[in-house]
Amino acid sequence: MPERKDYHIAADVCVIGAGHAGCEAALACSRLGFETVIFTMNTDSIAMMPCNPHIGGSSKGHLVREIDALGGEMGRNIDKTFLQSKMLNRSKGPAVHSLRAQADKAEYSRSMRRVLEAQDHLTIRQAEVTELLTEGDPARICGVRIHTGTVYDCRIAIICTGTYLNARCLVGESITETGPGGMQRSTHLSDSLQALGIPLRRYKTGTPARMDGRSIDYSKMQIQKGDEEVVPFSFSTDLQSLQDVDQMPCWLTYTNEETHAVIRANLDRSPIYAGIIEGTGPRYCPSIEDKVVKFAEKTRHQVFIEPEGRYTNEVYVDGMSSSMPDDVQQRMYRTVPGLENCVIVKNAYAIEYDCLNANLLKLSLESRAVSGLFCAGQFNGSSGYEEAAAQGLIAGINACNKLRGREPLILKRSEAYIGVLIDDLVTRDNTEPYRMMTSRAEYRLLLRQDNADLRLTKYGYQCGLIDEERYQKLVRKQEQIEAEVRRLKEVRIGAAAQTQKILEELGTAPVKTACSLAELLCRPELHYDDLLPLDPDRQSLSSLPADVREQVEITVKYEGYIERQKRQVVQFEKMENRRLPENVDYLSLEGLRLEAQQKLQKARPASIGQASRLSGVTPADTAVLLIYLDKLRRQNKT
Amino acid sequence: MEREMGADPFFAAASEEDTIAAISTAMSEAGIGIIRISGPAAAAIGSKLYRSPEDMKQGTRQNIGDWTPGTIRYGYITDADGQIIDEVMLSWMKAPHTYTTRDTVEINTHGGLYVMERVLGLVLEAGARLAEPGEFTKQAFLGGRIDLSRAEAVMDLIGAGSEYARRTSMAQLRGALSDRVKDLRARILYETAFIESALDDPENFDLEGYPDRLRGILTEEIRELEDLLIHARDGRILQDGIRTVILGRPNAGKSSLLNLLAGEERAIVTDIPGTTRDVLRERIRLGNLALVVSDTAGIRTTEDLIEEMGVRRAREAARKADLLLWILDAAQPLTEEDRQIGALVRDCVKEGIRCIVLLNKQDLDVCLYEEDIRAMEEAADLPLTLLSFSARNGEGRETLEETIRTLFHAGSGYSHNEALLTAARHREAAQEALEALRLVVQSIDAGLSEDFYTIDMMTAYRALGRILGESVEDDLVEEIFSRFCMGK
Repeated sequence: MPERKDYHIAADVCVIGAGHAGCEAALACSRLGFETVIFTMNTDSIAMMPCNPHIGGSSKGHLVREIDALGGEMGRNIDKTFLQSKMLNRSKGPAVHSLRAQADKAEYSRSMRRVLEAQDHLTIRQAEVTELLTEGDPARICGVRIHTGTVYDCRIAIICTGTYLNARCLVGESITETGPGGMQRSTHLSDSLQALGIPLRRYKTGTPARMDGRSIDYSKMQIQKGDEEVVPFSFSTDLQSLQDVDQMPCWLTYTNEETHAVIRANLDRSPIYAGIIEGTGPRYCPSIEDKVVKFAEKTRHQVFIEPEGRYTNEVYVDGMSSSMPDDVQQRMYRTVPGLENCVIVKNAYAIEYDCLNANLLKLSLESRAVSGLFCAGQFNGSSGYEEAAAQGLIAGINACNKLRGREPLILKRSEAYIGVLIDDLVTRDNTEPYRMMTSRAEYRLLLRQDNADLRLTKYGYQCGLIDEERYQKLVRKQEQIEAEVRRLKEVRIGAAAQTQKILEELGTAPVKTACSLAELLCRPELHYDDLLPLDPDRQSLSSLPADVREQVEITVKYEGYIERQKRQVVQFEKMENRRLPENVDYLSLEGLRLEAQQKLQKARPASIGQASRLSGVTPADTAVLLIYLDKLRRQNKT
Repeated sequence: MEREMGADPFFAAASEEDTIAAISTAMSEAGIGIIRISGPAAAAIGSKLYRSPEDMKQGTRQNIGDWTPGTIRYGYITDADGQIIDEVMLSWMKAPHTYTTRDTVEINTHGGLYVMERVLGLVLEAGARLAEPGEFTKQAFLGGRIDLSRAEAVMDLIGAGSEYARRTSMAQLRGALSDRVKDLRARILYETAFIESALDDPENFDLEGYPDRLRGILTEEIRELEDLLIHARDGRILQDGIRTVILGRPNAGKSSLLNLLAGEERAIVTDIPGTTRDVLRERIRLGNLALVVSDTAGIRTTEDLIEEMGVRRAREAARKADLLLWILDAAQPLTEEDRQIGALVRDCVKEGIRCIVLLNKQDLDVCLYEEDIRAMEEAADLPLTLLSFSARNGEGRETLEETIRTLFHAGSGYSHNEALLTAARHREAAQEALEALRLVVQSIDAGLSEDFYTIDMMTAYRALGRILGESVEDDLVEEIFSRFCMGK
């Protein structure tokens, strides 16, 4: 037989998958000048939103703003394509304010595709990647092969396969071997990974039905409108450009006992409860079946009807994801007020897929087994568009750092939700799809969505994704905030009658003696803008931008809390900064318990802090490591 | 992302170049004691103080560093004026063949406690730093003299999770108290988890009316922590003595009181500025208790703590005290100064510090009575013990001593043991937890939203975890070695 010659195409980086993780990874690499190819099973599924039609929400909104501060695309894209925008939790403290926007799904996808298509050094390729090619021992990536046999030579491969790998979708007994939204699944890459010694696990997630909006009686529901003043996700979006968007409403209704009765009567037909689904599902994004079983005492659950787009009738039934058979779905949904005559366009379904245990990755998101192989998104066992995009961006940045011989960008838990997300995925034992939540962030008063730019723009700038202009703007903002906070602390107002009168009008107590404007601002009922009539200098100051005023107010108002949280961070970071050498033989480290020896040997944590978060590592084991490091330091000195 | 290890403040704090010294035998009235000096300047410091009998005759000195390592010689320790302080045996051991792996000089004194402390004082004046508890062993460990398996014996002290809790640190507070800390901590965690759940899942967790409920729970926790701190204090007091501050305006009789209490047994501990530890100046034995009266130099020289130190410093000293002796001149009416002191006493007593009020000068014409004190606005409702007293003729002395013994009674079941030595650190942790919980209550009262509460609740949670060994923090290596007795 004549020798078959593979056709080779040269690239630096191959990104496998064009979902939210893949798009960010590919954009980061190509923007930093590396020849990048992004593979997708179908170019129509680029940045597809196969589940909920919104971006952001509690803690996820933080992720989007962090992505934006680092130079990612998600924030800008949703700002271009939103249907409704809302800042959640405004009644709570600034740490838990969170932005959420309803997206026009088709427009979101199209818009991201246009960004990819316009990007230099980036090629879009519709193909199934079937094999990762490696060389050397230990193995390093040298290319990927697609289903046609063609090889793309590259030094970096970034896997962002989402829920496509060996996927199957379940609607009761009806099982189809497809990826999300009816897309073709990918199958061969799993075998290739296993052959490289990378084991996979099986997760599942689910989505509710889509309905024909014309069949819904909104008069039985409560309207949910967007904010009158829209706040953009991206720090680079012009505020004014968003204010004229004609926002579409969402609607709130509830399940009831009748709904629950239908579900209970048919539990044996749910693939999960019937044992057909092997994958582990997310506790924090439960199906309606799970809710009915787990919160048996609750007589109703919230259901939000959300638009899928401006040019489609389809609506999304948030809160009622399910894998029940179609007939049960039909009956179940119709028990909900307003959905009595609903017409299902797409069934709710559960999807099972292959994914990775991210414990096998470094904090840079590079595989510990194969050099040059990065992994991101739902493939790493996360759930959600925002979690995926955040990982994609970091994987892309770190792929470039590797190509440029730089240290990886590893955000700390004390710096970013992204840091928390990746540390949790890589360090902790996760047994279900990981969803970002505010409670996972220990230092959330410092990791606010409003200060993501102040926290992270510098990193985006350092790696080259944030341009000089935007960075200088940030530096100016920082200076303005500091100067104004200082001024508020210095400017004192006396207890004159005129002052007292203004205070009374503002609905706050009179001052006993002279006090600074900052002290006044600490009163819960007063805001920065309220102080205008009391502030001798403000009229003459050219008025500060809204984002600066916001930072000034938060900085002054919550100073004590912020300081205390910073002290917690100092303590935390001491442990993070105690780096553990990569070559420690934990099995021979005396004093560690056997379980800890094995866990550490496998996980190879980067720092004492990371080690202490591994399950199976007790405080006593951490103490042994501290002593070990101290001793090592002494030896290295002599 | 590269970090330079040398820049780590922790490593800097290890200050390995210091020469350290301490009395390395148990402090007792027994005649013999060893003062150990360890570090690069050990020989130089020893040379400054030591003179052989020949040196005494010929007015010469010698360089101990020139001796054959392992030599022990007879001679004298002299002060700056050449006065002999004690006859000693002095030994010289060269690094790394010493316990600490550093150059080491040991001075065997036999002149008793007072002399030992004088010699230590001279050593410190000559450039050594007073060793922290366990610091010699720490040098030994860091020098590779003790390996990890030996350090494992140490590890038993900090131990693993529940084992640790059972066996070690809380031994000082006794098992029942350990359970109390666990319980306090579990409740904080439960409430924190509730708030977190509600923030993430408002549909299923309702925060309506929750702040009030939390305030009730935390108020109870605060009360228990206060109680616990008082017990912790009792344990430490037995070990270290009762930290006592004498308060009173000029001429109220402070130094007379001190002299009366100290009597012939007065033992003066070195007073070297720059040592980081409390400067302990007078240690007065009261049966099985000891009073450690601080800053008595000020009292002795100026008769006036308040004047000498200023109100601010007096306040600091008083706040750290276990016992305040507030002495009033009963032959004079109350003055504004007395009221100022009264306000300070009030703040201290509210924090659990005990106070005995002495109506001094009963030997003169008395015009100030117990009722006058109780009627003071500053003293209203305070649990004060008032005694009639005369520092001049000793009237009331026995009653005072008896009262102190009763207030700090030794019968509370605490005994000397190794774990007790860390009581101060754990007390600090409990204090931190207490303050954090008070801040949560403040946040509730200020109407802040629930997400603010958890910041200070987690501080309290972690602080209590340090007591149980369930949170390990960066200063652990310090912690381990601080468990050793001073001078070991």
